[in-house]
Amino acid sequence: MQSSLSISVSPHTSLTVQRSNRNALEPLAFAPPSKPLNLRFCGLTREALGFSSLRRNSDSFRFRLSSSARVRRADKFFVSASLSDNGSPPKTFDYDLLIVGAGVGGHGAALHAVEKGLKTAIVEGDVVGGTCVNRGCVPSKALLAVSGRMRELQNDHHLRALGLQVSAAGYDRQGVADHANNLASKIRNNLTNSMKALGVDILTGFGTILGPQKVKVGSDKVVTAKDIIIATGSVPFVPKGIEVDGKTVITSDHALKLESVPDWIAIVGSGYIGLEFSDVYTALGSEVTFIEALDQLMPGFDPEIGKLAQRVLINPRKIDYHTGVFATKITPAKDGKPVTIELIDAKTKEPKDTLEVDAALIATGRAPFTHGLGLENINVATQRGFVPVDERMRVMDSNGNLVPHLYCIGDANGKMMLAHAASAQGISVVEQVTGRDHVLNHLSIPAACFTHPEISMVGLTEPQAREKAEKEGFEISIAKTSFKANTKALAENEGEGLAKLIYRPDNGEILGVHIFGLHAADLIHEASNAIALGTRIQDIKLAVHAHPTLSEVLDELFKSAKVKAHVSGPVSEPIAV
Amino acid sequence: MAHLLNTSFIPSSSTLRRVSPSLQFPGHQRSRVPARIDAKIREIFMPALSSTMTEGKIVSWVRSEGDKLSKGESVVVVESDKADMDVETFYDGYLAAIMVEEGGVAPVGSAIALLAESEAEIAEAKSKAASNSSSSSSSSSSAATAVAEPEKVSENPVPTAAVKVAPVVSMPVASTHPASEGGKRIVASPYAKKLAKELKVELGRVVGSGPMGRIVAKDVEAAAATADVASVGPVSAEVGKSAAAAIELGSVVPFTTMQAAVSRNMVESLSVPTFRVGYTITTDALDSLYKKIKSKGVTMTALLAKATALALVQHPVVNSSCRDGKSFTYNSSINIAVAVAIDGGLITPVLQDADKVDIYSLSRKWKELVDKARAKQLQPHEYNSGTFTLSNLGMFGVDRFDAILPPGTGAIMAVGASQPTVVASKDGRIGMKNQMQVNVTADHRVIYGADLASFLQTLAKIIEDPKDLTF
Repeated sequence: MQSSLSISVSPHTSLTVQRSNRNALEPLAFAPPSKPLNLRFCGLTREALGFSSLRRNSDSFRFRLSSSARVRRADKFFVSASLSDNGSPPKTFDYDLLIVGAGVGGHGAALHAVEKGLKTAIVEGDVVGGTCVNRGCVPSKALLAVSGRMRELQNDHHLRALGLQVSAAGYDRQGVADHANNLASKIRNNLTNSMKALGVDILTGFGTILGPQKVKVGSDKVVTAKDIIIATGSVPFVPKGIEVDGKTVITSDHALKLESVPDWIAIVGSGYIGLEFSDVYTALGSEVTFIEALDQLMPGFDPEIGKLAQRVLINPRKIDYHTGVFATKITPAKDGKPVTIELIDAKTKEPKDTLEVDAALIATGRAPFTHGLGLENINVATQRGFVPVDERMRVMDSNGNLVPHLYCIGDANGKMMLAHAASAQGISVVEQVTGRDHVLNHLSIPAACFTHPEISMVGLTEPQAREKAEKEGFEISIAKTSFKANTKALAENEGEGLAKLIYRPDNGEILGVHIFGLHAADLIHEASNAIALGTRIQDIKLAVHAHPTLSEVLDELFKSAKVKAHVSGPVSEPIAV
Repeated sequence: MAHLLNTSFIPSSSTLRRVSPSLQFPGHQRSRVPARIDAKIREIFMPALSSTMTEGKIVSWVRSEGDKLSKGESVVVVESDKADMDVETFYDGYLAAIMVEEGGVAPVGSAIALLAESEAEIAEAKSKAASNSSSSSSSSSSAATAVAEPEKVSENPVPTAAVKVAPVVSMPVASTHPASEGGKRIVASPYAKKLAKELKVELGRVVGSGPMGRIVAKDVEAAAATADVASVGPVSAEVGKSAAAAIELGSVVPFTTMQAAVSRNMVESLSVPTFRVGYTITTDALDSLYKKIKSKGVTMTALLAKATALALVQHPVVNSSCRDGKSFTYNSSINIAVAVAIDGGLITPVLQDADKVDIYSLSRKWKELVDKARAKQLQPHEYNSGTFTLSNLGMFGVDRFDAILPPGTGAIMAVGASQPTVVASKDGRIGMKNQMQVNVTADHRVIYGADLASFLQTLAKIIEDPKDLTF
């Protein structure tokens, strides 16, 4: 689409303007044609440019702002035309679906919407790709790829066991940083192109909800849509008392640029983000101090997995930790003084310690990015910044009533702050607005932490499962297999690892699977798919796995489960959460 | 190369490494038990569940005091650095006394319970446990976590705590870190703290050289090294006594297995009639050769080993050994063992066929051996096949010393530091030359004064004209 765009636009400026002009009027002048038809034109044929929409306007103006006076006049005209429409709920809409926020959630929703034949636009106030692509999962994977290799190359013992000889491994910080940055821009372009290719309009500007089915983009553009999805995501959460300067006291946003590799960095928070960064920093030679408010590291992981992970990922590395403490005050380094961190006991609130380190990374989680979204215009009150939604991602106003045609997905609703969860929620919403009721089973959404080795999980942890079993009066069983028994893992000399299955012995339902070991993040999907599809252990244990592969760890796991029911029942419906 | 020590030499006796780390009850009670308790009451030791395990935490006792156990039954669950594992009993008997409660931590090889052979002995065992507990707890709390070489782990359970902690390194507390509040608070990096715990270095006594006076890993390593040197003097028996700082004064500390082994061998060495011959060798040529090929990874240790090996080629008797007092063996290969201090002890990696291997390969081999020794990965043939031993304390500025001959070998050479010395030459001039003193201890049953003298003359010639070292 991009290429076709440049072909049509560049040689014929005046023609483009005319087209744009006509386009701009289109929403007012004509009822939208039947959606699939329109879309097909939009997406797939070059002629569609003529019928297409706002993005091309803005694009052409951005490209040749000074090319002719007519252009600018056309722009003004268009704007006023739009604004004149601002007062009452529109009868006809610019779009079938408007998504506010072009992160992974919005992208997933947009792609699915196009597939379903909706005329779709996506609003982005910053860069396409959102946190995941630009400041999260994607660049961090680039850094972790480097750290994984560094670890391998530095592990003489491991290399010798394989018969390899490598002389001292080193790295170039800027080179590593560039790799992360290049990856982010590559994925960002892929994302942008995939949407453009499908004919999704990308509207640049900060989206604000003006009223039902109406969104202001940037300072003066107003767009209407039949359904609106809020997918504005989140930003790093920085607790009170912590002063972030972006150099010595940083969040993941800064850390991913890898502008420095401090000798000693304190990481506040030992969840996914903190753990992954500890993996990166220690591989690059830093020493790390974890500060965790809860009594144990890695809260949120299954305790058994957490314990094992601590043995492998924390204890043998140059990492120490303080648990059960809050960092009440963190002051960046200046005037030759180091970063100071004041710790208090999480329970007694007594001052406990003061740390002086070279840098501090704040990885205390993420806060929803919903401020300035104009939610007050539709009487929606956020809860700690999160947009309240029901299980179908429908936004609820302050009286607990559903706001029609408004949905919120991803980090902004806080249900499950993972990129792929946002995308799944977006797809679920599109299913609903296209007439198929759909409720996403969050228990089937896997999560992964890309340390070396990786940690992954889906469903309930053992304590959660026990609680549920107690409440609902069923029995649970646990099955475990070790990577030590897996041929492929041993061939890689990476036998450290555990897979754990929590299930109901009476009917073979999978309640949770937790994996710690080589490529755990890739292995979890067999389990998450089984949960999503309601596959029971007695059925999946008959499935065949290629030998020798790591997937046999799960094969063995399923086979080691002892299920009383042998007859496979009908596939159960996914449970709503 | 860290510290090559002279005396507390671990002999290459095979008894030391026959116990595989997986054995739950290392079969060496004979060496320890008689010293402490009746033979019919056995100690249950903290097993080494992995090659990197230095201490274990008791997760739970599966059996309780007074229970009858039969061989192979699970007694206790131990948490190691890797996993929780059931530990089985190796003998039938009664679990008489639990010495380390659940949740307690004990170093690998220390007693965690007593096993009585008959019910009648339970009470006796209990009283032993009670009387031992004070000393054992103090020794276990201070016991070095340092592991010996993995094969020996269960044999040498508690390497000399004293070695590490004992000598009060007389360093001023000079941490200038602003957060240290005049030394009240210690600012040390995470790895420095870990190392300090491992090496039993008291951080309060370490001077920080990191940013703003912070203690970093190399400070701890330096402090541990100094402590080693201070305590492991020529008289290794002193080790236990000098445990001043961290150990209760006046308490009697039983030998650890490693200490017992060292002691046994040192005593055994007295049955060998040894004598010593010293020599001063000018090293200017060797030094400049070293400077030239250092960049190719050649180490001084490899050069010395090479020179020694080439000299031994011409004096096979110095490379011989006498074991039974009736005959002696001309060893078929020249394997130079070099003493290296490691955590909690000493090991002698061996450069095999040092006369035949070229200097570059020898240097690489040496680096590999040292790395392995540090990682406790040496295989038995890599430390017990020496035919001639080198011990070098030159890096500490020691100018001359005297080594004890390891039983089973013919000679050991103690190498001092090479120092600038004013020398009068035959033509009546005075000049400055680098000289070092070497001192060979040999078994006089097979090696005589003239043998050693001519060997040393050859060695001096090789070192003073070292072109042959590089082939």
